[in-house]
Amino acid sequence: MNQPVRVKTLKIDDRDVSGREDETILEVARQNGIFIPTLCHLEGLTPIGACRLCLVEIKGVSRLLPACVTRVEEGMEVYTQSERLQKYRRMVLELLFSERNHICSVCVVNGHCELQSMAQILGMTHVSVPYRFPRLPVDASHERFVVDHNRCILCTRCVRVCDEIEGAHTWDVMGRGIDSRVITDLNQPWGESETCTSCGKCVNVCPTGALFEKGKPVSDRQKKRQFLPYLTMMREERR
Amino acid sequence: MHFTKPSPPSDDKRWRIVEATMRRHGYDHNALIETLHSVQQTFGYLDTEALQYVAKALRVPLSKVYGVATFYHFFTLKPQGEHTCVVCMGTACYIKGAPHVVAAISEKYQIQPGETTADGKLSLLTARCIGACGLAPAVVFDGEVAGKVTPEEALQRIGRWTDQ
Amino acid sequence: MTPEELRRLAESHEEARPEPRHCIKVCVAAGCLSAGSDRVREALQNEIAQRGLENECEVKGVGCLGLCTAGPLMLVEPDGVMYQRVTEEDAPAIVESLGKKSVEQLVCPSDMSFFTKQYKIVLENSGVIDPEKIEDYIARDGYTALARVLEEMTPQEVIDEITRSGLRGRGGAGYPTGLKWSTVAKAGGSRKFVICNADEGDPGAFMDRSVLESDPHRVLEGMAIAAYAVGASQGFLYVRAEYPLAVKRLRTAIRQAERLGLLGNNICGTTFSFHVDIRLGAGAFVCGEETALIASIEGKRGQPRPRPPYPAEYGLWGYPTLINNVETFANVAPIIRNGGDWFASIGTEKSKGTKVFALAGRVRNTGLIEVPMGITLREIIFDIGGGIPDGHRFKAVQTGGPSGGCIPEQYLDMPVDYDSLAKVGSIMGSGGMIVMDETSCMVDVAKFFMDFCVSESCGKCVPCRVGTAQMYHLLNKITSGEATMEDLALLEELCDMVKYTSLCGLGQTAPNPVLSTLQYFREEYIAHIVDKQCPAGVCQMRQ
Repeated sequence: MNQPVRVKTLKIDDRDVSGREDETILEVARQNGIFIPTLCHLEGLTPIGACRLCLVEIKGVSRLLPACVTRVEEGMEVYTQSERLQKYRRMVLELLFSERNHICSVCVVNGHCELQSMAQILGMTHVSVPYRFPRLPVDASHERFVVDHNRCILCTRCVRVCDEIEGAHTWDVMGRGIDSRVITDLNQPWGESETCTSCGKCVNVCPTGALFEKGKPVSDRQKKRQFLPYLTMMREERR
Repeated sequence: MHFTKPSPPSDDKRWRIVEATMRRHGYDHNALIETLHSVQQTFGYLDTEALQYVAKALRVPLSKVYGVATFYHFFTLKPQGEHTCVVCMGTACYIKGAPHVVAAISEKYQIQPGETTADGKLSLLTARCIGACGLAPAVVFDGEVAGKVTPEEALQRIGRWTDQ
Repeated sequence: MTPEELRRLAESHEEARPEPRHCIKVCVAAGCLSAGSDRVREALQNEIAQRGLENECEVKGVGCLGLCTAGPLMLVEPDGVMYQRVTEEDAPAIVESLGKKSVEQLVCPSDMSFFTKQYKIVLENSGVIDPEKIEDYIARDGYTALARVLEEMTPQEVIDEITRSGLRGRGGAGYPTGLKWSTVAKAGGSRKFVICNADEGDPGAFMDRSVLESDPHRVLEGMAIAAYAVGASQGFLYVRAEYPLAVKRLRTAIRQAERLGLLGNNICGTTFSFHVDIRLGAGAFVCGEETALIASIEGKRGQPRPRPPYPAEYGLWGYPTLINNVETFANVAPIIRNGGDWFASIGTEKSKGTKVFALAGRVRNTGLIEVPMGITLREIIFDIGGGIPDGHRFKAVQTGGPSGGCIPEQYLDMPVDYDSLAKVGSIMGSGGMIVMDETSCMVDVAKFFMDFCVSESCGKCVPCRVGTAQMYHLLNKITSGEATMEDLALLEELCDMVKYTSLCGLGQTAPNPVLSTLQYFREEYIAHIVDKQCPAGVCQMRQ
C-alpha cells in the first residue's frame, strides 16, 4: 500500500517539470499551469482517450499520444502546442460540430458550454466539412431532466458517472460508429427508466446542452462539478 | 449477497436451452454475448423480454445489455422473415457484381437490405464477408451458400419461396 | 500420452482398418460445400454401397484442396487424380473408373502452376486428413511437437526456437512472435491467458476459416505449445459466428483432444494443464483489434482502449495475455518439429516462412494458396492465379483489406513480404488478395472500403467515428460527379488527420485505400471531378 512513489522528471514544452510515476502527462501539465485541451476527460472519472483533443507529441515516439492516459516517464520531452496538433484539434472540433445539430444561439447552455468555449480557445472560426444534419429526438419524459441528442458529443461522461459514482448504470451507448447514441435502460424514455435515481450527476457532468434541467433560465445553468473529485476520493478512502 | 434467479419470460420449453448456456458459464456477467447468441439461435431474434430476462439472470445493467446487443451486427432485435437471403458484400463479391444482385431483389420485392417484406415471407440481408470469395458473388439462401450467383438466379431461387 | 504412445496410436490407427485399396477424398470445406460437395459425397457413398465395394473403396471428407473456383473438388488415391466440378451424376463414372482409366472430362491437371508453385506448411494437412478425426492428425505427426516440448524443453527453449525461426504475426502487423511470447512469459502474475484471434474480419479473406475447417488440431496444438511457453493455463478461441462449420469442427477437435489427454489437466502426464474454450464473435470487424477483442470476450461492447498498457502486461480481466492469429499458431508445431533454422531458411531475410493468401476477384484460379515469402506478385497472379480471364487487362491488386492498399502494375515484380508491401503503401494484412481489371473503378473501390470502415467504426473516438463518415460523403460526391477540386483537397486533409489521430488501428488505417488509390490512380479521381466521367464505367454520374 504505502510504497514510496518514484518521481519522474520530464520536459513539457521545454519546461522542466516533475510528476509521480503514476501520474499522466495531463495531470502534470495542469499542475504546472500548462494548458492541454480536453473534452471527454473529467477529473474523478476513468479517462478513456476518446476525444483526441489532448494528443501530444513526444520526442522519439512516432505516434501522437493522448495526454489523459499516458503516464509520465523519466526524460520524456513532450510538446503540446505544435502547428500540426493545433490543426488536428481544430479539425476534431469541426467534426464534432458537423456531426449533430449544434446551434449555440438557441442552446440552453449558451455561454457555458465546453464545446463552445473549446472552439473559442482553439481559434476555430468555421466548419470546413459539410454539416450532416441528422434527425434526432429530444426526450423530455423525465420529470426534471431532458436529453437532447442533437447536442450530444458522445463523450460518455454521463455513462461513466452513472456507473462509477452513482452505481446505477442507467446510461450506456447503443449502436456503433456514426449511429451511436446514449440510451437509458433498454432504450426506453428516460422518464420510464427503472434504474434512474434522478440524482442529476449526469446532467452536471455533461459538457454541452445535451443533458439539462427543466425550467431554469440560461444564466442558472452553470454545471456544478465540485462534488465529483470529492466523491471519488471518499469512495477510495472507504475501500 | 443472496441472489434469486429470475424465471424465464414464458413457459416456452426453449428457454431451457438459454438457461443451460447461462448455467454452463456459472451465470457470470462475462457470458452476456454467449447468452445472447443462445437466445438468437433459439428464437431467431432478441426481443425486449428476452433482453430483460438475460440482464436480470446475469446481473448486468439493462442499458449495457442493450448496448451490447446493438453494437454487434450479428444480433437482430426484429423477427426475421420466413426465408432469408443474405447477399455477401465482401470485396471479391462486390467487384464481381454483388451490388446488382442486391439491386435486383430490392427492386422486385421493394425492400432495402435489413428489411423484411410486408407478408413476412422474405428478409433481405447483406453480409460483410462470408468467406466464400473463391465463388464470388456468393449468396446464402436460408443458410445454404450458393456461389457465382447472377441477379436472375437469385430472383429465381427467391421466387420458389414467394410465388407459392 | 507420451511421444511413444502417440506413435503407437498413429500406427494402430493405420492398422485398425483394412486399408481400402482406393480412397476418394472429397473436399467438405465451405467453398466446395456451397457448390454441393456433400451431395456428391453422398452419391459416391451410395454408389459404392450399391456395388458392395465398401472394403475396396472409402469415401472421406477432407479439408480445403485450394482451387475453390473449380469446386466441388476431389482427390482419388492412390492414383493421385484430382477431379473438378464434380456433380452427383458423375458418381457412377468415378466409381467405375477406380483402378482403371480416369474420367477424362473431369480431371483437374495437378501439374498446373496453381499447385506446383505452392509450398505448404500451414496447409500441409488440408485436403489430406479428415478434419473431424484426431487420429488422422496424429497419423501425420500431430501433437508430437507438443509432447516433445513437454518432455524435453523448458519454456525458454520453446521461445528461443520460435525466435530463431523468425516467425512474425500473420494477422497483418507482422510483430515478431518470439518477442511477443517472451514479453508475456516475463510478465508476472498468477494467471495468464492465451487467445487465438479467429475473428477474420477482412472482406475478401478466408485463410483462417479454411485452416480451422480443414485442420483444427494444428491450431490447438500451437496454442497449447504457446501456453506452455508463456505459462498460461487457459485459452480462448475467438471465432466469428459467421463460420458455423469452423466452430463445429473446433468443438469436435477440443472434445477429442481432451479425451486423449492432449488438452485439459495434466497433459501427457505432466504437471502442465491447458483448457481451451470457444467464444463467438458477433459481427464486429473492430474486434480483430486486440484490446477490442478482449472487451468482447469479457462480454462487453467491442471497443478498443488506448495502449499502453499492452495486453501482454494487462489483458483479459487485467491478466497478462498472449494474442496471436490462427495462421501464426498453425506455424508453431512445424517449427518445433523441424527446428527454427529450417523455418528461417524459407522466405526472405526479414520475412520468414510461407504465407497463406486468399486469391479472389478477377483472376482465373480463385482459391486458397500458400507460397514462400518473397515470391513476386506476378507469379501469384499470373502463374498460380492463371492471369485475368475473358481477355481483360490487369489493373491493380488489393492486399490487406480495409487497412491495405491497391498495388498497380508497375510493382508486379516486387517480392511479397512485410516490408516491400509497406513500402508501396499497402500492408501484408491477413492475406486477402483481390485482383482487379479495367472493369473496376478505383474511386469506387476506395468508396467500398470507406463504406466498410464507416459501418465498422466502433464510434468511440471522434476522428474515426465522424471522419470516416465525412470521407465517405466526399467519395460519394466524387463518384456521382458532384465534387470539386476543393472537395479532393479536403478529402486528403481528412485522410491525414484520421490516420494520425484515431485511437486504434481501424481508424489509423481507414484512409489507406484512399491514399493508395490517390497515389497510383489520381487521374481517375480527376476524371470523376473535372470531366464528370467514370473511366471504368462503374459510377453513375448525376450530372
